[in-house]
Amino acid sequence: MTSENADPVSILVPSGMLGAGFPEETITRGIALGADVIAVDGGSTDSGPYYLGASKPKTTAAAVARDLRLLLRAAAGAGIPLIVGSCGTSGTDDGVDWVAEIVAGLLAEEGLSMKVARIYSEQRAADLKEPLEAGRIHPLPPLGDLDGATLEDCTHIVAMMGHEPIAEALSAGAQVVLAGRATDTANAAAYALLKGMPAGPTWHAAKIVECGGQCTTNPRMGGVFATIDRAGFTIEPLDESAACTPISVAAHMLYETANPYLMREPDGTLDVRDAVYTALDERRVRVEGSRFHHAEQHTIKLEGARITGYETMSFSAIRDPLILKDIEGWASLMHVVFTQRVEQTLGLTMEEYDYDLRLYGYNAVLSELDPSTDPPREVGVMLLVRATDQALATAVAKVANPLMLHLPAQDMDYLPSLAFPGSPAEVERGAAYEFVLNHAVDSLTPTAMFRTEMGEMHDA
Amino acid sequence: MPETTLGDLATEVRSKNAGPFWITMELFMRDAEGYRIAADETFLDEDVVAGLYRVDPGSVQIFRIPSLNVVKISYPRAVSQGSLRDRDTHAGQHHVPLAQLVVPS
Repeated sequence: MTSENADPVSILVPSGMLGAGFPEETITRGIALGADVIAVDGGSTDSGPYYLGASKPKTTAAAVARDLRLLLRAAAGAGIPLIVGSCGTSGTDDGVDWVAEIVAGLLAEEGLSMKVARIYSEQRAADLKEPLEAGRIHPLPPLGDLDGATLEDCTHIVAMMGHEPIAEALSAGAQVVLAGRATDTANAAAYALLKGMPAGPTWHAAKIVECGGQCTTNPRMGGVFATIDRAGFTIEPLDESAACTPISVAAHMLYETANPYLMREPDGTLDVRDAVYTALDERRVRVEGSRFHHAEQHTIKLEGARITGYETMSFSAIRDPLILKDIEGWASLMHVVFTQRVEQTLGLTMEEYDYDLRLYGYNAVLSELDPSTDPPREVGVMLLVRATDQALATAVAKVANPLMLHLPAQDMDYLPSLAFPGSPAEVERGAAYEFVLNHAVDSLTPTAMFRTEMGEMHDA
Repeated sequence: MPETTLGDLATEVRSKNAGPFWITMELFMRDAEGYRIAADETFLDEDVVAGLYRVDPGSVQIFRIPSLNVVKISYPRAVSQGSLRDRDTHAGQHHVPLAQLVVPS
């Protein structure tokens, strides 16, 4: 696909996440610089398994609509495509439909006519049985082999697309591409690869821009602009007061990557070991020497989440130094009395429910890894209970309630009253989830696991 | 004289999830001298990291990057992200034990 005479391709990335917001000038400046495509990521697994497991977006519709309105206007005005990856946070089919509905509303409101492609990436467990049995699904570290029951347990499974389904939709005339789960880089790489740019500079540029301004000296200020050509790429921030430096750009390869030199994409591996970062001036950086090793076997990574139970939370707080001087002793007494009371009242043993007692202000965040043992001034006591259903989790948390209110220190001969921050004391958190898939499928073709629906032009 | 920590010699020490199953952290050292200390394998190696974070030393990866004065450390997270006993979903506060590591005097 790489062609010798292809013109450079410029990518406008307004922010690291659709709905995170960006200054309006970010867009006007990117368009003035000659953007050929606008790309933005709409999702991530960073915030945990809930968003995939429940198939719910992390961002609010109003924030997504605010960003999309500006992006659609700009793309339509300049006659360039807009690509959104991992729609609706997790990239489930619900997520794609959610963003598509917002887009349809905005196009109507703005009187714009654009051809919208939706690319679905959700997978049914039943459809993954065949590749599993054929030995075409492999674990990625640190997980082990996959069994069929784990697939069945997942409430949602998505496959991470590479650039290919997006490029195919663009070739078919899509002006707006709303992709389900995609690699963080695929949405920014797709158009440049389609236009014949070489894979090394393209994937490297896509990785650098994927978090928007994160690769600049002022990550809070707007997006970035990258121009990819035959030999490398050039990157600059869209905020004129911010700068890209060789250090700020190179350092972004470290961000959220286990390995800073090699990054696997469905189609192969980006290799930046020999990349050279050079300052062109005070705010633009040139990158050359990035390579891409095409894989013999194209692979598609799976993500899946399952329900682990239902949680109820209770939270109280302690300020009395007489308790805080031995907060570990207080917590030990809590464990003993609480589990006894649960057994007495509900007849439950530890196999039938689980809980975590966290001492915020003392060592809740790092627990036994915490290097400090300084006495705290105040402590928030969080009790998180998990059980097989919501009512049971709440029943267990309610058994703890008198203790969260009155449990004394071990050497107290009276009952203190502790500080609940509100009423009621218990908060039902609903289903709790965990990620259970980190596996790659040997794909038959780069697009076979994805389904593209091409919408009609909206009439103005 | 008060003890000097890795954090004292760094412009930034940070940690973050790298996908749902890995934690990664970086020491951005202030200068080449700070980097020399942080990158010294006789001071900071896989076993020391394993001790700080109670993980298998065989699972710890360390990348020493002199061009950036950076030492980067990655290991699989011991507690499943977002599960009952995970108290740091984005693993964004896990750099603290590393930052507070006292450097050899």
